[in-house]
Amino acid sequence: MHVPPVKGIHCTQGLAHGEYEWKDPETEDEVVNIVYVDRDGNRTPVRGKVGDNVLYLAHRYNIEMEGACEASLACTTCHVYVKQEYFDKLPEADEVEDDLLDLAPFLKPTSRLGCQIILKKEYEGMEVTLPQATRNFYVDGHKPEPH
Amino acid sequence: MHPLGRVLAFSQKCRRFSTNVIDPNSIQPKLCVVGSGPASFYAAQQILKALPKVQIDIFERLPVPFGLVRFGVAPDHPEVKNVINTFTKTAQDPRVKFIGNVKLGQDVSLAELQNAYHSVLLAYGAEEDRLLGIPGENLDNILSAREFVGWYNGLPNNKDLKFNLNIEKVAIIGQGNVALDVARILLSPIDLLKKTDITEYSLAALADSKVKEVKLIGRRGPLQVAFTIKEFREMLRLPRCFVNMNAEDFAGLDAIVPNLPRPRKRLTELLMKSISTSKETEADKCFNPIFFRTPKSFQSGEDASSVGALTVAVNTMEGENAVETDVLETIECGLVLRSIGYKSIQADSAIPFNSKRGLVENSGGVIQPGLYVSGWLGTGPVGVILSTMTNAFAVGQTMASDILNNTVDASIKKPGFEFIGSLLKKKGIQTVSFADWEQIDKVEQSRGKEKGKLREKIVDVKEMLTIASGKP
Repeated sequence: MHVPPVKGIHCTQGLAHGEYEWKDPETEDEVVNIVYVDRDGNRTPVRGKVGDNVLYLAHRYNIEMEGACEASLACTTCHVYVKQEYFDKLPEADEVEDDLLDLAPFLKPTSRLGCQIILKKEYEGMEVTLPQATRNFYVDGHKPEPH
Repeated sequence: MHPLGRVLAFSQKCRRFSTNVIDPNSIQPKLCVVGSGPASFYAAQQILKALPKVQIDIFERLPVPFGLVRFGVAPDHPEVKNVINTFTKTAQDPRVKFIGNVKLGQDVSLAELQNAYHSVLLAYGAEEDRLLGIPGENLDNILSAREFVGWYNGLPNNKDLKFNLNIEKVAIIGQGNVALDVARILLSPIDLLKKTDITEYSLAALADSKVKEVKLIGRRGPLQVAFTIKEFREMLRLPRCFVNMNAEDFAGLDAIVPNLPRPRKRLTELLMKSISTSKETEADKCFNPIFFRTPKSFQSGEDASSVGALTVAVNTMEGENAVETDVLETIECGLVLRSIGYKSIQADSAIPFNSKRGLVENSGGVIQPGLYVSGWLGTGPVGVILSTMTNAFAVGQTMASDILNNTVDASIKKPGFEFIGSLLKKKGIQTVSFADWEQIDKVEQSRGKEKGKLREKIVDVKEMLTIASGKP
């Protein structure tokens, strides 16, 4: 059973496990269309709604965004790049998110944690791109041959 | 070329020329994994995606799963343990079987696993620690941070760890996140730990602790600290504890900081800001990072068998390297925790092991076709869950593609657990299923509830097995 974390800086929404994102928009006013771009450049347009969490919305549509710590600001597996004009619209990352972003591989100026992005109407058309993610973990410096 | 290298080069060639991609639905591969931490579950997740009819058997030495997520992550970091939920889903997949209380090298051999399964993945991590190798290291009250973490996290092998907290000064050797974890547990007010899943005996010992000062000793300077900013911030926020650093150790950094990459820049800025924020008057505890010091020897204290002081050499820096000078200093300390890195073991003599580095020889997780390694056992013991996840995903994908391109022939019949299970039965070994673990889990949570804690971990293997067997 998941017990809510003691720190509690982040839980603003009641439903923190993606149930909300599985509900379709009820009216056109609610709709926020965004696009997920994977690391190979494949684009998946998604019809989300106001209040959707970008991580859980990705899970609904089988986008490969991990979310290991379940949106509790304890990992960086939902790391995305936000298209610049939408990045500028997002509320600034708080200190906890910034500290985690320091650990994210392939960090860019438009990097954010997907689990901290809650859709608003003005994010209509937003594009979020998944980073390369794979680090070279071979201790001897070996690089895999392309095959 | 190393003989293993020749095998690997040949198998790489095979992969390039092999164009047959098998229909994933036409085969029923049987795979096994040794170890049940993140390196195991994340690899299993990728394999399940690629091979619809696979059977994955996960062997674990303890009756309980999850490895360092259960035994390494600090009790006051419960949200990091949320990954257990996704691992639980994987373990409950009908194609996955968890088999606890089975030890590689003792209960089964690598050869037996290779005979029974198409592919074997070694993911048993790193369970030993590195030694300093200096005089006096075998005095009492000198421990590894790893053992101390195992002690407060209820690792059965560490529950009877012998040491005492009747001393005021602690020296931690090393400046990584594990060092900060143990410093934080030693300096936290007991009330903050009471509701966590820290073991009962640890709470009692910490409540009686006389520790007032924790020094964190590193060979190099503030620019080389291995801990990360989130964890350092937690030290700054510890109630009634002041952080004390020597301003001279930061000389000249003002000029360098603006050009550092973002993570190092933000951390160094925070360190510099923290030299001058000391709230000495309200504090009764002190956290004291010390730089440019290399441990040279330990001396005993009032009790001739127990540590009382540490002699260090003062260092200067040449580029990124610390160079010892002739100057020596003595640091008073009644308890020493060595936090200089973990080390893996060679669980079975057939595993190609690099004893110098303490890991298994591999190329991208491949030891040879059909034998793989993921997580710290293959990469070396550095990195958080994210890095292990990335590595294990890649190895899992490689294992699946080796089957799909016939590098590993999954059309051969293999007995899988039919064989291993009967072997274990003959030896009288009680295996623990995932459902059995869920019983243990229930008991831990209900015992914890009685005390207002997340769980009260069971630390005795016999007790785990009794609960698992279903007998009262």
